[in-house]
Amino acid sequence: MSSIFTLSILQSALELGCIYSLVALALFISFSILNIADLSTDGCFTFGCAVGAMVTIAGHPLLAFPAAMAAGAVSGFVTAFLQTRMGVPSILAGIIVNTGLYTVNIAVMGFSSNVNLFACDTIFSLAKDKIPAEWYNSWYKIILVVAIVLVVGIILAWFLNTRLGLSIRATGDNEHMVRASSINPVFTITVGLCLANSLTALSGAILAQYQKSCDINLGTGMVTIALASLIIGETIIGKGGMFKKVIGVILGSCLYRFIVAVALRMSVPAECLKLVSALIVAIAIAFPYLKGQASFLKTRRALERADRKDGGSEC
Amino acid sequence: MLSLRQISKTFNPGTVNEKKALDRVSLELADGDFATIVGSNGAGKSTLFNAITGAFYVDEGQIILGGENITYRREYIRSKVIGHLFQDPLKGTAPHMTIEENMALAYLRASTSSHAFFSRISNKEKQMFREQLALLDMGLEDRMKQPVGLLSGGQRQALTLLMATMVTPKILLLDEHTAALDPATAQKVLELTKRIVAERRITCLMVTHNMHQALELGNRTLMMDAGRIVLDISGEERAALTVEDLLKQFQTQAGKQLDNDRILLSK
Repeated sequence: MSSIFTLSILQSALELGCIYSLVALALFISFSILNIADLSTDGCFTFGCAVGAMVTIAGHPLLAFPAAMAAGAVSGFVTAFLQTRMGVPSILAGIIVNTGLYTVNIAVMGFSSNVNLFACDTIFSLAKDKIPAEWYNSWYKIILVVAIVLVVGIILAWFLNTRLGLSIRATGDNEHMVRASSINPVFTITVGLCLANSLTALSGAILAQYQKSCDINLGTGMVTIALASLIIGETIIGKGGMFKKVIGVILGSCLYRFIVAVALRMSVPAECLKLVSALIVAIAIAFPYLKGQASFLKTRRALERADRKDGGSEC
Repeated sequence: MLSLRQISKTFNPGTVNEKKALDRVSLELADGDFATIVGSNGAGKSTLFNAITGAFYVDEGQIILGGENITYRREYIRSKVIGHLFQDPLKGTAPHMTIEENMALAYLRASTSSHAFFSRISNKEKQMFREQLALLDMGLEDRMKQPVGLLSGGQRQALTLLMATMVTPKILLLDEHTAALDPATAQKVLELTKRIVAERRITCLMVTHNMHQALELGNRTLMMDAGRIVLDISGEERAALTVEDLLKQFQTQAGKQLDNDRILLSK
């Protein structure tokens, strides 16, 4: 067992878990709060990655993040515009934007299907060797991504408790109430999707600098992975305030990465990863339901047994 | 306060399902008027409410509320000054948000400046919500951090009523808001409605299928049929009217037998 849980595996699971948790937080906004299945996530992640990579190559590793977030917000705005102003059903709106983004992403990367960042400064290369200590050199990446994710998480939890945040939450919670109150659902859906997609794109930009490359197919299946993280997070944290939920989503994402790392370690070939992801998502979603069914069967069997016993004594 | 001028609405025009839901309806409600509306299913009562709230735009006519023409004003802007309660108690509140958060949303109507977007619920507001909840006498003031989904239908409807009137609306629309509650709770919510409406002198329209309520509550009784207001009585004429008279009136005015057993049963 010791060979499965090495420190380096734990580290990389934490690093990737934190980076991808931003996508899970994005789905937390669109899927859990707004009740919209935003299928543009895959394309938007690559969009953020591509924009982040190109700005980094241009020599602005820090500017890469706001640039990617702005790009993501634009993508979210288009998705929201299609569904609120053009009457396109929300799932279709996401698929349309996702398809369109493929071309946009290729174009952003200078009409090539991948770019690499080996020769440029990234936030990781900038942070390296800042403190001359051995522990720092093995932990600086984690410190960086954890800091970023925590800041984003705290701001998000704070935002969701402001009046605008409350309005966005109500929009997804009760459509009738929103129509009868003074909230404009077109506005709240637009703000929510812009915010969600900017987080997705930020995640892509951090990943670009983390792995020093960007590939056109990077985002494929991202929505499934993020959904898995989100549902694992919601399952382990249960009920609670916004801050607790946000932390749950981040933990869920790290846990998911850890499961994948263990699967890889148990010599599951890398080509099978998508299948493993799909299985994890299916299990994570089915688990609460199966648990309910199991307890129902148990009660029923116990009652039936008691009935039989009663019947026997009467004879 | 509210003035409807010859408003009409036809659903699915030009198809076999064409339905004239509102047929040149005109109505003048004075400030502080409390009118009850009766009518069989499909008479156009809910459609009338939806026309006022702006769920759709009317085909013809004008809607004037508080001196302003709101005929083509969008729904969310109108709802700043309109309180609307539905029959289904689940429709008026957000189940996964706490009582406090729901009330804060209702209180958004009070704020007009846009910088309030990023403000949070202040302690002063929490105190105010608490005092208002205490008036319901349901113990909700001690459960402000709980999600509304945990409350009973009656509690949710009482909360919805409180939210709809927290910022005094120009008109309160009650669409059979006690019909889905048990008799004791319905009575309580009704008493609450009477008290709030009387205290603040809110102009109010209330749909009911209970003929007693239709005559007892408020100062005016309207009857609708086939998208028209067929009866509008108030004052002495109304005071002299019995439930039997009202049913008879309905039959003569509408020129047909009642097809709604809820009305018959409520005799």
